Amino acid sequence: MKLEVMRYLPESDPEPRHQVYEVPYSDTGSVLEALQYIKDELDPTLSFRWSCRMAICGSCGMNINGVPRLACRTFLREYFPGPVRIDALAHFPVERDLVISAADFIAKLESIKPYIIPRVERDVSEGEYLQTPLELEKFNQFTKCINCMLCYAACPQYGIDPAFLGPGVIALAHRYNADSRDGAAEERMGQLHAEEGLWSCTAVGYCSEVCPKDVDPANAVNQNKMASALDYFLRFVKPGDKS
Amino acid sequence: MTASMEFFKADVIVVGAGGAGLRAAIAVAESDPSLVVALLSKVYPMRSHTVSAEGGAAGVTRDDDSLDEHFHDTVAGGDWLCDQDVVDYFVAHCTGELVQLEHWGCPWSRKPDGHVNVRAFGGMKIERTWFAADVTGFHMLHTLFQTSTKYPSIRRFDEYFCSDLLVEDGRCQGVVAIEIATGNFVTLQAGAVVMATGGAGRVFRENTNGGIVTGDGMALAYRHGVPLCDMEFVQYHPTCMLGTGLLFTEACRGEGGFLLNKDGYRYLQDYGLGPASPEPRNKAMELGPRDRLSQAFWHEQKKGRTLATSRGEAVQLDLRHLGAKKLHERLPLICELAKDHLGIDPAQATIPVRPAVHYTMGGIRVDINAASQMPGLYAAGECASNGIHGANRLGSNSLVETLVFGKVAGLQAAAFSKTASLAPESTIRKQAADAQARALRLVTDPGKGDRVAALRGEMAQTMEDGCGIYRIGAELQSTCDKLADLKERYARVRVDDASNNWNTAWLLGLELGYQLDVAQAMAHSAMERRESRGSHQRLDGFTERDDSQYLRHTLAHHQAGGPPRIDYCPVTITRSPPGVRAYGAAGEAEEQKEQKVSGE
Repeated sequence: MKLEVMRYLPESDPEPRHQVYEVPYSDTGSVLEALQYIKDELDPTLSFRWSCRMAICGSCGMNINGVPRLACRTFLREYFPGPVRIDALAHFPVERDLVISAADFIAKLESIKPYIIPRVERDVSEGEYLQTPLELEKFNQFTKCINCMLCYAACPQYGIDPAFLGPGVIALAHRYNADSRDGAAEERMGQLHAEEGLWSCTAVGYCSEVCPKDVDPANAVNQNKMASALDYFLRFVKPGDKS
Repeated sequence: MTASMEFFKADVIVVGAGGAGLRAAIAVAESDPSLVVALLSKVYPMRSHTVSAEGGAAGVTRDDDSLDEHFHDTVAGGDWLCDQDVVDYFVAHCTGELVQLEHWGCPWSRKPDGHVNVRAFGGMKIERTWFAADVTGFHMLHTLFQTSTKYPSIRRFDEYFCSDLLVEDGRCQGVVAIEIATGNFVTLQAGAVVMATGGAGRVFRENTNGGIVTGDGMALAYRHGVPLCDMEFVQYHPTCMLGTGLLFTEACRGEGGFLLNKDGYRYLQDYGLGPASPEPRNKAMELGPRDRLSQAFWHEQKKGRTLATSRGEAVQLDLRHLGAKKLHERLPLICELAKDHLGIDPAQATIPVRPAVHYTMGGIRVDINAASQMPGLYAAGECASNGIHGANRLGSNSLVETLVFGKVAGLQAAAFSKTASLAPESTIRKQAADAQARALRLVTDPGKGDRVAALRGEMAQTMEDGCGIYRIGAELQSTCDKLADLKERYARVRVDDASNNWNTAWLLGLELGYQLDVAQAMAHSAMERRESRGSHQRLDGFTERDDSQYLRHTLAHHQAGGPPRIDYCPVTITRSPPGVRAYGAAGEAEEQKEQKVSGE
């Protein structure tokens, strides 16, 4: 099968180009295995990120025939008889070949305080916080994000305005806001209200479509738009309360 | 290559940002916010291989459980090659660390009353495995990573590849690393260094490990004279996907799954693990330890009772009776893997599985304080060997080990660093320049010999051939010979890329160097252990455990230009004298006998 792989070596290529490789086809073979074959057998200069091979480490996101996907969870059989076009993940600066810069995503992730700020302090010696399965259910889905950034490559708004917080990070903020152990939702909401936060989202929903873990970031965005609107409204009806 | 060299001073350097590295960094930050932690990893922290751990993490919680039971399961599971003082410390601190992770937000699965739920696991007498569906390592890792962002004193060096340690005055005082994006070098100097670089399973052909699991930290410490301990003990996980080696968690069996041979027979009852009861019984049948289950597969295959598939011989993992609802709730990742890769719905059909290399019990020899014999060098997690796993690790002990000993390593390194004087910067810079030149040799003066991938493939094949589930002296010898040949050819290895940015061909070349050293330590340690214990089983006249000769840890010492020198050190036995390691009905009988003796 033919793979048309995006190549870009910043030291020698003025701009990205595509190189065609012929890889052995099997109906269980993944796109990642095809890229590994190229690296090991045909062209050691091709660079891409990968590790776990089982769709949990989030390293191998790329645009496959134009769709953001994990290479390890995408199979050649879906594109038989080919060719398949492999590009670096859309909307991110390319560092080389299929490797994009994740710096912006990581900075945004860190900016929303992605950790428990306890509603009630508790010492380890007092044991765990009680949390019923129902309370867990309220945020559990949003804990499943593997930070693969496919949703950013799918998000038209992020493509236009890289300052947009983006689906994955909004879902992560929501994950902590909705956790019964956390008490810092208001702190995080400030950022979600901001111009580059929730309201930049144009509700296309493609982010949820490409998510390999059914996190459904669009749902997180919507829930927070509701909360944000309510919050905004409450500022007027509850004078003196800064929240 | 136009590589420059930057310089960064820290108080503690942590190499590796998986479970152990992150926990170590947080421990330093919490103990003293004025200490600067440099946390260096060749991948973004949440890509670390901790992410792939599925089943769970052990910590005593139930009223009918006790630290003593966890201790005895661990020591017997390790075939008495465990350092019992360290195991005692370990089991006493597991639950506290898991609660700490709960406070940091880890979404542990819950009981209806809101308490954390536990599940059964292989070799554990009582349910004590905390879990977050079947992606426990993923949740632990993300919880640790996200929590780590809270501490301003943790300065991350994401996607930096560690190429050497800096040792001055006999003390570890820093590391040299490559910024992967640019090819630039950085020298980091600190009073103490924690290695938390994970295992080395990729030296074998069929394995469950991520591509990054290449034994980097083990090899670096080893090259600087720190012995690698018990490297012959390599764990095969019994239920892995054929071809890819991907893991189907032990929780499949903890939740009640069966292992069947080609005739649909629960064959484990023929290997001292029975009787076969329809309900799962702890420490019996499918809930036996991993070494025994992998060995049983080998025998079934010899008897011709395995299933021939296009990807090799297999047994069947049968989850059908658990039902779609439970499978979806408790084992969603397993369902996803089976469906994507094999087109199988585990509620409808059995999954073909076989053993694959999963875990290295051995590693950098450290004591109960996570300290290696080199002052200033600490190690925790899979890259370390502190003696808790002995000859066979129990499932769900390693995830919690990363927490318990990651914290110890961080605290000890912080305390050491405060009293350590630093060598002059000029001395360190000179050393770093030499290390830089050595790492660059692969690209500035590339050989004309074999390609990296070719040598790596031969290494993985010979390790599988000679260092597998059962070992024979002659086969081990040919693996040792082959590794010597590969090392010799590695000196002329060809790296066909001299660029600066994201030169992964170069890094794969450096990793292969690490892997060859680690593989040699494994093969030679196995060669010299002339007995059978836990995961190290010999068929050439050494089929029994031999406590008179081998109730001791193997130490492999690096020797430039030749194979490792092997010697031994004692095992710490405090209160559990070596006994009969039995499971199933035989195990229960053995336990009753012991209780009777101790009652008398």
